[in-house]
Amino acid sequence: MQKTLYDKLWDQHVVHAESDEANGMVLLYIDRHLVHEVTSPQAFESLKMAGRKPWRIDSILAVADHNVPTTDRAHGISDPISRLQVDTLDQNCAALGITEFKMSDQRQGIVHVIGPEQGATLPGMTVVCGDSHTSTHGAFGCLAFGIGTSEVEHVLATQCLVTQKSKSMRIAVEGELGLGVTAKDIALAIIGEIGTAGGTGYAIEFAGSAIEALSMEGRMTLCNMAIEAGARAGMVAVDETTISYIKGRPFAPQGELWSQAVKYWRTLHSDPGAAFDRTLVINAADIKPQVTWGTSPEMVTTIDGFVPNPAEVSDAVKRQDMEKALQYMGLEPGVPIQSISIDKVFIGSCTNSRIEDLRAAAQVVDGKHVASSVKLALVVPGSGLVKHQAEREGLDKIFLAAGFEWREPGCSMCLAMNDDRLNRGERCASTSNRNFEGRQGPGGRTHLVSPAMAAAAAIAGRFVDVRTMN
Amino acid sequence: MEKFQTFTGIVAPLDRANVDTDAIIPKQFLKSIKRSGFGVNLFDEWRYLDHGEPDMDVSKRQINPDFVLNQKRYQGTQILLARDNFGCGSSREHAPWALQDYGFKVIIAPSFADIFFNNCFKIGLLPITLDHSLMDRLFNAVNEVEGYVLTVDLQTQTLTTPAGERFTFVVDTFRKHCLINGLDEIGLTLQHAGKIKQFEQKRRAEQPWLFS
Ligand code: SF4
Repeated sequence: MQKTLYDKLWDQHVVHAESDEANGMVLLYIDRHLVHEVTSPQAFESLKMAGRKPWRIDSILAVADHNVPTTDRAHGISDPISRLQVDTLDQNCAALGITEFKMSDQRQGIVHVIGPEQGATLPGMTVVCGDSHTSTHGAFGCLAFGIGTSEVEHVLATQCLVTQKSKSMRIAVEGELGLGVTAKDIALAIIGEIGTAGGTGYAIEFAGSAIEALSMEGRMTLCNMAIEAGARAGMVAVDETTISYIKGRPFAPQGELWSQAVKYWRTLHSDPGAAFDRTLVINAADIKPQVTWGTSPEMVTTIDGFVPNPAEVSDAVKRQDMEKALQYMGLEPGVPIQSISIDKVFIGSCTNSRIEDLRAAAQVVDGKHVASSVKLALVVPGSGLVKHQAEREGLDKIFLAAGFEWREPGCSMCLAMNDDRLNRGERCASTSNRNFEGRQGPGGRTHLVSPAMAAAAAIAGRFVDVRTMN
Repeated sequence: MEKFQTFTGIVAPLDRANVDTDAIIPKQFLKSIKRSGFGVNLFDEWRYLDHGEPDMDVSKRQINPDFVLNQKRYQGTQILLARDNFGCGSSREHAPWALQDYGFKVIIAPSFADIFFNNCFKIGLLPITLDHSLMDRLFNAVNEVEGYVLTVDLQTQTLTTPAGERFTFVVDTFRKHCLINGLDEIGLTLQHAGKIKQFEQKRRAEQPWLFS
């Protein structure tokens, strides 16, 4: 039988299938368990209280990212509650012998950036983390998804998850992307089309010539946003781009094991003619730079578009949601997106904080200056190694000369658990993944865009079409 | 986990779609390393007019009188009605913890986000999916009748209205079994420890690079 990539990954990991009656519940073996400070303390505590030990310590990699300051770290974390959470992770890892990249370690960064960067995420694996954006890792042809804290404990204790197979969806993006159009725009355009619940119950495979042409960074951005489309997992087949990205990374296999692994990895793609429950084809050339206008990633339009009018929507629930969103965002129907001015800019998050993202943003700002109306423009690299690489390329100098702040790695203003946040009513061009109410600070207004578009907005003080900037 | 028993509870309507877990429990409360105490901050941004931070004295906070859960008629509610895609966004289990800690035992919506749906079962909170037309009828009934209650019977998979009308709902057999018996899923899985070890050995032989 012809198998999808998802079928192959699934079948490789089923330890035990309950009888039919259990509606397809299986025990799924987990190869890689990534852990961060926010969703793990309760799991470690319950584990200890039950007198249990982690099943396989070497499958775990831990890092603190959500609560860490992005400013000088010499004095540690000032907020006592944040500090306790990070200390708790440190203690749990030390007590159990779990590998952890501490705040002072150059390898520290956002969990979804460091996994691939270290080669800890490999094709064919099952990867879980107590974090919804674990879908990011699917870019490597692995099955990666977010889990809750009870499941974190379950994986710690048993190396398995009790779970059900999802339906499969194939989204093919065919043709060539226009200049200045990025993986982020593909992701937002897809969500705009299928909605934030469009992928619910599905594992999505992204395919087609435009996806094949993407770098690993771009594929990660796309899979990262699969969760915003409601899908639990996003994935891309393994190809030469995947393999050459992994080669030589610290946790990647070497020598004889490398050749053995690569041979297997090359089988990780959907067989020709494999059946999907749903398929969608998108023409890459039709995708324009995207900007969200509301409080859900599906509330999105193109840079040459306008804020939509709820009065034109017939569905009552939807209309009401739009009205609430516009009120929250302080926007009127019919306003051109390009006339919306911004207060802050955030370039970072597990969606867009990798080297390629920083290069794209730096290219736009090079030799220019952030508009005087913009109160703060932040660049927060995804990891210490990304930061180091960017500095080697002189990107930090470009950003600093343009009036950006250049920070230490972490989640930062993606969810504002540390000190980086929006004040009430402030409007932000952000490269993160969620524009929910209060996500970047209570009362803050988020517009999701690509790194190049965020950079362009910083310079202009409002949203502009990066394709028209020189 | 506590056993899920049949009960009759007051129903409260939350009439918006795409309610995300950031709205259910805002991030500043995620800094807690405990599993309990999230109920007072459930829907914090909507429920209070002032900005909430952990360790605030709740009795001194400004209540938003317009928010549904603050209305007198819904005090003591145990069943939440919601719209499509409830629980989307972050995977934080703090969201179901907060709903449960507040007193909810059941959430009824036309659709749920995957991870949230899953997380609910792990802690003994029951998410029920009903079709849109039934949902509309329930929303109307709750709005019209003060003190509207439903009886939830997981064993027979039914919801019973005060007028005696019964709706059935679908629930996965394994999850139902765990909920009704209050089973510890880890304990259940460890009954297969031998099988997991065997699987692991085979995997180690076939894909040794995963274990180096
Ligand atoms: S960067 Fe944002 S979305 Fe990504 S893991 Fe951190 S908080 Fe979550």
